[in-house]
Amino acid sequence: MVSFLRFLINGISLGSVYAIIALGYTMVYGIAKMLNFAHGDVIMVGAYIAFCAMSYMNLPPLVAVLLAMVVCTALGVVIEGLAYRPLRQAAKLAVLITAIGVSYFLQNMALLIWSSNPKVFPSVFNVGQIRLFDGNLVISSETILTIVANIVIMIALTLFTGRTKMGKAMRAVSEDKGAAELMGINVNRTISLTFAIGSALAAIAGVLLCSSYPTLQPTTGSMPGIKAFTAAVFGGIGSIPGAMLGGLLLGVIEILGKAYISTELGDALVFAVLIIVLLFKPAGLLGKPMNEKV
Amino acid sequence: MSENNRTPLLKVDDIHVYYGSIHAIKGVSFEVNEGEIVTLIGANGAGKSTTLNTVSGLLKPRMGMISFKGESIVGMGASRIVAKGMALCPEGRRVFQQMTVRENLEMGGFTRPAEEIPASLEDVFKRFPRLKEREKQVAGTLSGGEQQMLAMGRALMSKPTLLMLDEPSMGLAPILVEQIFDIIKELHAAGVTILLVEQNAQMALSVANRAYVLGTGKITISGDAEQVLNDDRVRAAYLGG
Repeated sequence: MVSFLRFLINGISLGSVYAIIALGYTMVYGIAKMLNFAHGDVIMVGAYIAFCAMSYMNLPPLVAVLLAMVVCTALGVVIEGLAYRPLRQAAKLAVLITAIGVSYFLQNMALLIWSSNPKVFPSVFNVGQIRLFDGNLVISSETILTIVANIVIMIALTLFTGRTKMGKAMRAVSEDKGAAELMGINVNRTISLTFAIGSALAAIAGVLLCSSYPTLQPTTGSMPGIKAFTAAVFGGIGSIPGAMLGGLLLGVIEILGKAYISTELGDALVFAVLIIVLLFKPAGLLGKPMNEKV
Repeated sequence: MSENNRTPLLKVDDIHVYYGSIHAIKGVSFEVNEGEIVTLIGANGAGKSTTLNTVSGLLKPRMGMISFKGESIVGMGASRIVAKGMALCPEGRRVFQQMTVRENLEMGGFTRPAEEIPASLEDVFKRFPRLKEREKQVAGTLSGGEQQMLAMGRALMSKPTLLMLDEPSMGLAPILVEQIFDIIKELHAAGVTILLVEQNAQMALSVANRAYVLGTGKITISGDAEQVLNDDRVRAAYLGG
């Protein structure tokens, strides 16, 4: 029972990281109708920036995270402006291939700058741990922080998209770009803003991920990126609550699967679940059925 | 009258618009003066919507001039043109289906200062009491007529000098069409200049001051609405004989 709880909490923690990454995928998909496959690598860049800030510049963790967020925000906006914006009217396949190209570009840049030797990510935060069941169940600082960060981000994004002018504009653009433009909304700027938010979240996810799984190398972002993308599709791509739900479920399924079924098959299990869900609910758990506009 | 030496509110001069290699608009020119209702009529595919989309900045003409309030707006982009005082209520309404009625209206006032929004909302709700009843409802659940009212209300939220309406009667029951045209007349009486694109030529000509007839990318006939209404070619082609 205690061990089940431990797995469950680990799953929720890992799922929270997936959820934060999935938000970036889903928001960008919602507004630009493209899959930004470089998103996972932005996580990796965020983690490296935080790593350098703490290990080489001896900055406090919170400052390091903020710095990583600033760098990733800028990176996201630059990627969108240089690589994706010129392709706004191009075929979807061209954009997809560009995104894959950007992904490799970032990985190779990281390889050049930081080499392929794995870095050991320092323990970032210490907010104390929770001990339950006479110390049989220990919930670590990282776990608590990851779950709290996830909840805070969820609430902040919900308020942003529901209450603020720019958040509403973002929803308007994701529904109908032409109509949004007729309202006086600058569509390009709104898309940039979405990339900025998604990338800042990626930086947070990178730090949280590496706090729990402290091996950092240029490919660190790929697998979590792909899983978070899976989570976004699982929850219903384009839906913010969907990304949250998908991320959490995926994390829990992965950890429980690894614990009770097979460590080796844990990842395969994740994708098996995705395929089964999509067979029955093609739009994902919370996704709206597609009605393609002409 | 002194109208001749006044600069028109909107002047479209010999615009050419292409979709890829298709030459959709082949040199269209027309004017809208302040305080007028001008209608653009024509068959399906004649280029009426393309013309409005070009004027609004959604499409860019390959050649030609468009000036609004004496200033060239070619290549300015729709979002900036709105702030100049021109609003397009697009074909098919295109309300934001997943947003509430109120949020749709707020988006309409996107370019205006936040403190002016409540008063404008009141104005729109006064003109369309139905929207007030549905304020918190998601726009996708509204009926066609209500969505048309919402689309018009949303366009009015930007306080336009020139309101362009693209097929406002499309798909509506006759009684609703009457209502929509009553509203157009009220708006005109309140000082809004209107450029109206309609398939329902009879209705459009009955409210308009002047009219242009568009036939496959070109203006074929123009004049006072009454004159156009009595034109034999127009009667044969658009008014059923």
